[in-house]
Order: sequence, then C-alpha cells, then structure tokens
Amino acid sequence: MELFEAIILSVLAASTPLLIAATGELVTERAGVLNLGVEGMMIVGAACGFGGALLTGSTTVGAICGIAAGTALSLVFALMTLGLAVNQVATGLALTILGIGLSGLIGAGFVGERITPAPQLYIPGLTDIPILGRILFGEDGFVYASLLMVVGVWLFLYRTRSGLIIRAVGDNHVSAHALGYPVLKIRLGAVMFGGACAGLAGAYLPLAYTPFFVPGMTAGRGWIALALVVFSSWRPGRLVIGAYLFGAVTILQLHAQGWGVGIPSQFMSALPYLATVIVLVLISRARAGGSTAPAALGTVFVPDR
Amino acid sequence: MSYLTQNLDVVLPRRPSDAWSQMSNPMSIDPQRQTPLLQTIGLTKRYGTFLATDSIDIDIWPREIHALLGENGAGKSTLVKKIYGLIQPSEGEMRWQGKPMTLAGPSEARALGIGMVSQHFSLFDNLTVAENVALGLDGKEPFKDMSARLEEVANVYGLPLDPKREVWRLSVGERQRIEIVRALMQDPKFLILDEPTAVLTPQEADQLFIVLERLKAEGRAILYISHKLEEVKRLCDTATILRGGKRISICVPRNETAASLARMMVGADVKEVKAAAGRRTTVPRLVVNDLNMELDDPHGVRLEHISLELKGGEILGIAGVAGNGQNELFSALSGERLAKDPGMIVIDGHEAGHLSITSRRKLGAAFVPEERLGHGTVPRMKLSENALLTGHAASGMVQHGFVNMAAMLATVDRATEIFDVRKAKRDPEAASLSGGNLQKFIVGREILRNPTVLVVSQPTWGVDAGAAAVIRQALLDLAASGAAVLVTSQDLDELTEITDRIAVMFHGHLSEPLATSDASREKLGLLMGGSTLPQMEANDAVGA
Amino acid sequence: MLLVLEKRAEQSNTVALASPLIAICLTIVTMSILFAILDKNPISALGVYFIDPLTDGYSLQEIAVKAAPLVMIGIGLSLCYLANVWNIGAEGQLLAGAVAGSWLAVKTQGTDAGAWVLPTMLLMGAVAGALYALIPALCKVRFGASEILTSLMLVYVADLFLDYLVRGPWRDPAGFNFPTTAKFDPVATVPALIEGGRLHLGVVIALIVVAGAAVLLGRTIKGFEIRVVGAASRAARFGGFKSNRVILLTFAISGALAGLAGIIEVAGPVGHLQPGISPGYGFTAIIVAFLGRLNPMGILIAGLFLALTFIGGEQAQIAMKIPLDVTKVLQGLLLFYVLACDSLILYRFRLISPSPKAHHGVV
Repeated sequence: MELFEAIILSVLAASTPLLIAATGELVTERAGVLNLGVEGMMIVGAACGFGGALLTGSTTVGAICGIAAGTALSLVFALMTLGLAVNQVATGLALTILGIGLSGLIGAGFVGERITPAPQLYIPGLTDIPILGRILFGEDGFVYASLLMVVGVWLFLYRTRSGLIIRAVGDNHVSAHALGYPVLKIRLGAVMFGGACAGLAGAYLPLAYTPFFVPGMTAGRGWIALALVVFSSWRPGRLVIGAYLFGAVTILQLHAQGWGVGIPSQFMSALPYLATVIVLVLISRARAGGSTAPAALGTVFVPDR
Repeated sequence: MSYLTQNLDVVLPRRPSDAWSQMSNPMSIDPQRQTPLLQTIGLTKRYGTFLATDSIDIDIWPREIHALLGENGAGKSTLVKKIYGLIQPSEGEMRWQGKPMTLAGPSEARALGIGMVSQHFSLFDNLTVAENVALGLDGKEPFKDMSARLEEVANVYGLPLDPKREVWRLSVGERQRIEIVRALMQDPKFLILDEPTAVLTPQEADQLFIVLERLKAEGRAILYISHKLEEVKRLCDTATILRGGKRISICVPRNETAASLARMMVGADVKEVKAAAGRRTTVPRLVVNDLNMELDDPHGVRLEHISLELKGGEILGIAGVAGNGQNELFSALSGERLAKDPGMIVIDGHEAGHLSITSRRKLGAAFVPEERLGHGTVPRMKLSENALLTGHAASGMVQHGFVNMAAMLATVDRATEIFDVRKAKRDPEAASLSGGNLQKFIVGREILRNPTVLVVSQPTWGVDAGAAAVIRQALLDLAASGAAVLVTSQDLDELTEITDRIAVMFHGHLSEPLATSDASREKLGLLMGGSTLPQMEANDAVGA
Repeated sequence: MLLVLEKRAEQSNTVALASPLIAICLTIVTMSILFAILDKNPISALGVYFIDPLTDGYSLQEIAVKAAPLVMIGIGLSLCYLANVWNIGAEGQLLAGAVAGSWLAVKTQGTDAGAWVLPTMLLMGAVAGALYALIPALCKVRFGASEILTSLMLVYVADLFLDYLVRGPWRDPAGFNFPTTAKFDPVATVPALIEGGRLHLGVVIALIVVAGAAVLLGRTIKGFEIRVVGAASRAARFGGFKSNRVILLTFAISGALAGLAGIIEVAGPVGHLQPGISPGYGFTAIIVAFLGRLNPMGILIAGLFLALTFIGGEQAQIAMKIPLDVTKVLQGLLLFYVLACDSLILYRFRLISPSPKAHHGVV
C-alpha cells in the first residue's frame, strides 16, 4: 500500500510539468499558433527558476523567475511569427536551440548547488489520512496550480466570450479579422500565456521535482507536451488524462528498471518516447479524414489595411 | 421625364419611390427628410499610386434599396469596406445622419446602426450558429438570451436557423442566412449586401427579395451591390454606377435597359460573343458512365450516378449553386481522385477512370479548376514554371527528366500574345497578375496544348468583362475546332450565352441535360433548387 | 504612426541576396553585447571565433572536416523543407547510420577482411539512415501523424540504443570500462585524402552531394515536383505530382545523407563508436539549411560558416574560457536573424497613420 501511495505521488509529480506546459500550448494552438519552442522555454524557465530560488531562498520567487523567463522568450517568438510573419515551425525550432544554449549559459554556475525544494501542503488531520491524505492534501503548490490551471482554461475557453473569441481566431483568422477582432493582439496574448506556462513547468523541475539543476534536465518534456496537445484533440479534459498517462509510463519504466526486469535500462528509458510515437499514430489514425485541430493552426496572418 | 443623369450637379428626389407624387406636388417634400442617412463626400482610397476609389460621393436615404453597380475591380468592395469601418479612407469624409463619422472598426459601424453581409462570409465552420452570431454582436447580451432571440428573429423574417448546429454542416444559402440574421439582430438602420445572390438559386433569390422589401418597408436603407442587371432593375430604386474607382452616374434602374446599364458600367459597348453558325458535333469525346464517388472529406458531397455524354464540337454547361458536388465532379473528371471503375470515365474512347491526371492529359484532356491561385497555379512561382505544372505531361518541356526552360518560356509568350495577358514583365509570379489576366493565362496554357476535351470550372468568376469576353470566345473557338468542352458555372447568363446544352447539379446528382434554347431561367432555377425534370413536367401538366 | 507589414507583389531579389549578410552582421553585434556581459573583450572574442581559425592550415582543414557532415545533412534537410515536411530527426538518422555501419566494423574486427568493408559500411549507414527516416515519413503519410514530433522522439530512442550498445554488447573489453567500441581496423576507417592531413573522403562526398542537389533542384522535373509539393499541395495534385511519394522520397534521401554522415564521422575523424559521436550535427544542420536558404550553394557556404563557429567556439573556450554554450546561443541567434531578414523578401514595412477614434457624439 505504501508502494501504491509512493507510485501515485511520483506519477503526479512526473505528470505535473507536462500538464502545465501542455495547457499553455493548448491555449496557444487554440488561437492558431504552433509554438514548437516549448522545450526551449521550459529549459530556460528551469535555469532561471533555479537561479531565482538560489539567490533569494524562496521557491515562489523562483517560480516567478521561471514564468518571466518563459514569457520573455515567447515574446521573441511572437515578434518573429506575428510581427514579421515568419514561418512558425522554423521559428519554434530556432527558439528551442537558442533556449538550450541560453539555459546552459545561465545555469553554468548552478551545477552542484542545492536549494530547499518547494514546500508541500500540510493540513493536520487531512494530510494524515492513509494513502489518500498525502495524494490529495500533501502536494506542493505546482501540482495544485496545474490542476487549477486546467480547470481555469476549460472554463475560459468554453464559458467566456474571450475564450470563444480565441477559438474563433484559431478556426478562421480571416473571418475574425473581418468581424473586427484584433487577431494579432489575441494571438500575442495566447503565445505569452503559453510561454508563461512553459516557464513555470520548467521551473518545477529544479524547484520541486528534484532540488538541483542539471543542464538539459527537461530531457524532451517540452516535445512530449506538444504531443500531448495533439493527443488531447485540443480539449483540456483529455489533456489531464494524457498527461497522467505519460507520467505513469515514465514512472513505470523507472520502477521496472529497479525491479531488475532483465531489459536493459536504456530500453526502459526509451519507453516514454516510443509511447509518444505510438500515441501520435493512434490518435491521428482515429481522426483520419477530419482533423479536430484548430483550422487556422500554423498559418500566417498579415492583415489588410 | 427621365432621371437618367451623366453629370453630378442634379438635385436628387428626396424619396425616389415617391418621385411621381413629388412631381405633381413639389410642396409635399418632407422637411424632416432633408439630410441623407449616409453620405460620403469625396471618399478616396489610395494603395501606393493605385486609386481603388477616387473621390466618390454617394447619398443613401432611408426607405430605399440603393444599388451599387460596377464590374469586378470598379471599387465597390473598397467603398463599402470604408463605410463599414474595415479600412480607412485616404481622403474624403463620411456623414451619418448629417454628422461627420469616422470609424475605427466594424464594431463602431454596428453601434451606429450599419450592418453588412459581405460576399465572403465571416463565419467559423467549427463553431455553432449561435456562437457565430455571438461573435458578430458586441457580447453585452447573455448567451442564452441571444440564442433565443436569434431563433425568433430568424423565424420572423422567414430565414429559419437552428442555433446549435455547427456551421460546416450548413449549405451556402443557410450560411448566408446566418450572416443576414446576425446583421438584423442589431436592428440596423442601414444594411449593406455585397453580391448576395451570387450563391443562391433563383428561387432563393426571390425569397431574399421578399425579405429586403420588408426591411425597406420597416424604414431601413439597403445598399445592394451586384453586377446582375436584371435583378437590380427588379429590386432597386436608385443605382450608383462605379467604373475604375470613380462614380460615373446615378440613375433609376427601372428606367434603364440592361444594355444601357452595362454600357455605363463598362464604358463601351460590350463585345458580343459570337458563336460559330451551325456547330457540327462529332464523336463522343467525354463519356461519364454512372459515376459514384464516396466522400473523402466530411464537409464534401457524395456523387451519385452521374452520367453524361459530350461530343466533339459541343459545349455542355453544368449549372448549380456552389456546394452541390461541382468540385467533386471536377476532381473525378481530372483524375485528382480516381474512380472505382475504369469505365466510369471514358476520354476519346479510352477508359480513364483509373488513370492519373498526367495520363489523362496525355490522352488529350485539359483542365481549368475554379481556384486560380493555389490550385490552377502555384502563386509564388513564375508563369513559366506554372506552364510546366500542366505541360510536363506531353508538351516537350521535359527531356530525360531534365526541364526545358526555352519551351516553358515559349508557352508563356504564346499565351500572352494570343490571349492578351497583361503583365509587368516577361515572366512574373502568378500572384502578381490580376484575376482576369491570370485566368486568361491559365485558360490559354491549356488551349495551347490543343486538347480534345476541356473541362473548365467557373471560367470567368471574379474576372473583368473584357477578359471574360476573351475567355468565352476562346471556349467557343475551341469547340468549333472539334474539341468537347464542359463548363461548370454559377452564372446562368454565361451558360446561356455559350453552351449547347445545360445540365444542373444538385446534391451530387446531375440532371438530364436540356437544350440551352429550352432551358428557361425558371426551369433551371427549379432544377438548382432540387426539383427533378419529371416533377416539373408533372407540375406543368397540372398547372397549365 | 504605425508600422505594419504588407505583402509584396513579387519576391524581392535584392533582399534575398542581402539578407544572410545582414543577419550575420546582426548576430555579430548581439554576440559582442553578450561577450561584454560575460566580461570578455568583444573584439578579441570575435577575433578568436571568426578570424583565428582561418589563419591556420590545420584549423582550415578542421573547418572543412566539420562542415562536411553539416553540408550533407543540410542538403538532405533542405529537400524535406522545400517539400514542406519537417524532418527534425536528422540527429537520430545520423546515429542510426553510425550504428549500422559500425556493426560491420565491429563484426569484422580482428579478422582479415578486405577492402570491401569500408564501402559496405558506408552503404549500410546510408540505408539505415534512410529506413530510420522512413518511420516518421510513413507515420505521416499513412496515419497523418506529425512528422516533427515523431522524428524528434526517434532521436532520443536512437541515442539510447547507441548508449546501450557501447556500454553493453559492443564495449571494448580492453577499454577500461569506457563506453566505446575498440578502435576500428584500418580497413574500416575512412582514408585521409592527403597523408598526415585531416581532410578525408567525407569532404569529397559532401561536394558531390552539393553538385547533385543543385542539378536536381534547378534542372530536373523531380526537383520541380518537390518544390511544388511544398509550395501548394492542391496545385501539386493538379499537376499530377503525388505528395505522399515526395514526402517519402525526401525523408529517405535526407535520412540516407544523415546516416552516411554519421558513419563517416565514426569511421573517419573519431575512429570508433561512442556516445556523443555527434556534437548535435543533426540539429545544427537545420540551421545550416535555413541559413543557406534551402539552396545547395547557400548550404555549402552556411555549412562552412557554422563549422567555423564550432572551431572558433572550441578555441575560444581554450583561449578565453568562454563556455561552449555560447556557440549554441550564437547559432540560435543567427537562425533567428536569418528568418527575420528573410521575411522581408516576401513582405515590406509601411508607415500608416493610426485608425482614428470614433466620434462619440454621433446618434
């Protein structure tokens, strides 16, 4: 039972950065923008987040630094793709390469340093309930934030006018422009939200997941987050399922390595990546003949004046 | 007495529809109706050195349906976009109810009481009707209330809509209803309609006219943009005619003939297209046998039991409102989609149902699709490369896998010369040509391959009258030389002018072709709306 | 006054030529600022990065040797990008080729195998790379799965597989437990072009690839087909070109080139298979492809330029203690600036007066 509790806790922890980053990218893509720079924004968020916490001793400040870093990088992306109508795929790749380099520079001095990890919730009585107690009431702020964020995004997209406008812009930016909506401004907002989320997700890694920083610690999570958005058919509810499934696969293969299953560790480590490929194939196949992607996703928009 | 005028210094009657009563009693002029509802003074829009609109004055009064006439490129859309706040005028002034008006965007126009139903719908396919309408309103009304009001307004005007349906499921006519109802829900004093009947059957158009007459009776003003002269004569009280960005004249359409209106629009007598006397038809060149096509796209139309036989020397027209399977039929005929049976499509005696488009071209077929940029040509590639696009199959442009630039350029030069293609340099990018010139190039490059079968879709859509005449003449000449020509068009006038027989597409079915001389507008309209010939004959028998 | 972007009637040729140069200038300026922030003298740093490697015969050869795989992979990627499919997994295809070719080398190690070994290794490398690239291509063509994500995921898989091999079955027993194979036999090593020099066969192959691509894209119907499929898919279908075949073909070619580059790296400069065989060539090649504007000659120049930055970066680390990550930042920035300047080929800026406010007194 204790093992069960430990597994659930570690699945939650592994899924959280995926969920946060994917939620942000979901909003961005719903507005019609494909930002492949999630990995770059996450990794810069990790470096800056750790740095912030190291300097001030507060993981909250670290989280804010992570958010700021992700947002700043997303602004560069927005300037290129929205301001200069540059191809979104190429820009996203450039952003990732730049982000990896920047995070290496910024984080150069952080290797070997330690901080106190983000505090976990403790409500006397509730948190002490066996098994469920720690799972429900003993998580750190990031986990709760991730769930609140998903719910918030769902409400926003489907129950508010602004959310409707974002969905409209992602469906047909020409129509939205003809109706008088500021397409570029709306997309800018969506991109920045995506950047903030990616930065926060990246910051989670050295602030709560592990209390130290390692270059390249995101290890492709940003790319998995992108795959999750596709997997979720751009719906927040399904995103939660996808994120936790992936977290489970990651934890499963870690534990399997410990169980001495006889399969080389590298094969187990490759499981999440292989799973991503398989999932992408299955989900695209299921949708064959009619994609549910936002219709204007990835297309360039230069308004007439 | 005629209200026809060529110069602009005349005083317009206060209420055009009450012109005769005013004539008899000049003192009956209503002092409250001194100022027009909307007035533009010297409105100009400049793009670089190009004047899209040049110092236009127009007056719109309440309780009138005011036509805005002009051919493609005359400046109608530009003028109207300024009135609706979508673009800013370079010079000039607009006045609303006498007071100066500047608009930062369409929402401000809507707030003043100006509504617009544009030619290209501003709809979102994957959202519901209610969501689409909500996006066109200012959002102060709660969604549920707005949804209920939407249904009510739609029913009141005879344009029923289901708020919960997703737009991609709706037909073109139904989508236009959304645009109209959306505009009406804001209780506009002034409604602009841009080419509203381009996508309607004649019967749907009649329905629309009833709605417009009702709106006029309610005291609203309507600006009706069209190039369909018979319609304008039927419906509109006043007409302002634009040509080359300038206002050429104002008149009362009822007092004009279609020919006089056309002359004002084009500025010269329109060249009559001449059909060769006594066209001989030869062997069947294109035969379609019971063609069925499944959907390859949920938004598409299934083709059912399509059969036709087209002989050399004849032109067969296919009429129909957009969205009834014309694009699917084009894909099946061209080979962009393969048929189930090779025998379903026969070109010049060869079974072609399984052949690729390249093989069909080798058999002597040629194709001109509806969409010029992105389908008929690659927009950012040069004309020579676009000549290679369809010419690589059989025109000596490719030897041993290598491309022959000289042959490609030769095609461009010949097409330019024979079809009068106006361009800025010898080999420009396709996207830099105007619609009419690009269409002339596209039609020209196909005709230069001396095809025995030509399948062309919407040959003069969005093309100026001069280019349209050139293209139609080219089609007639090609048929006269013995080729079989299949023309799909939404323009019944065009089909009546050049075809020998007309068939109608509806919901993926093709009617039996009628001889063009027997095909009245009414008959065609009924077929476009879904009646079948046996039904109509039965009705005739009963009714007559 | 508001600055807005509007489409040009025709692409601007002057900007097309000037843009890479402007991008390089902007990168140099930004890097100077970065160096200053890092407390290094910008002028000396720029000198070490860009000038010094050109002054030394040995460095010049190194540049060519490093440029060869970049150019080869870049050419392959340019074919994909021209077809509007995004092969991001060149690094994985490189590793696949490295592994496949190394298999033969390891198998024949110590035996008295003949001169057929090396050519077969190269062939196996190319084939393996092509097959590995066909996985994401098939996923895209058959299932519609995003080739960006699938090709990238496979990079991690290939990397882990290589790691397993050199730590496990292929580990050199006499290698003090380092994760590496034994040094390849001479018959399995790429020969140098000149005795004692660093230039090897790979450089020649790269040049041949450039020439081949130039002919393919500029003069053949196949090259035209690739470009049309990438530019307008409906027009491609109308022209009788099959997008799916083009996708598979371009992925296969780029995979083959990446795999070939991979095995050449292993069998040439390095001499044995180990993790980290590639310092990210597969990803840098993406930059090379864009910097070279998806044009074979441009890619050749871009490959040389980026190889220069690699060598310069290594020397700067030794001479001025500048971290290697700076090179990555430089390359990322360069890509950004190239993309930004390139946008001006299609669009131009215009100053317009801002939209006026509505009069609130009306009605």
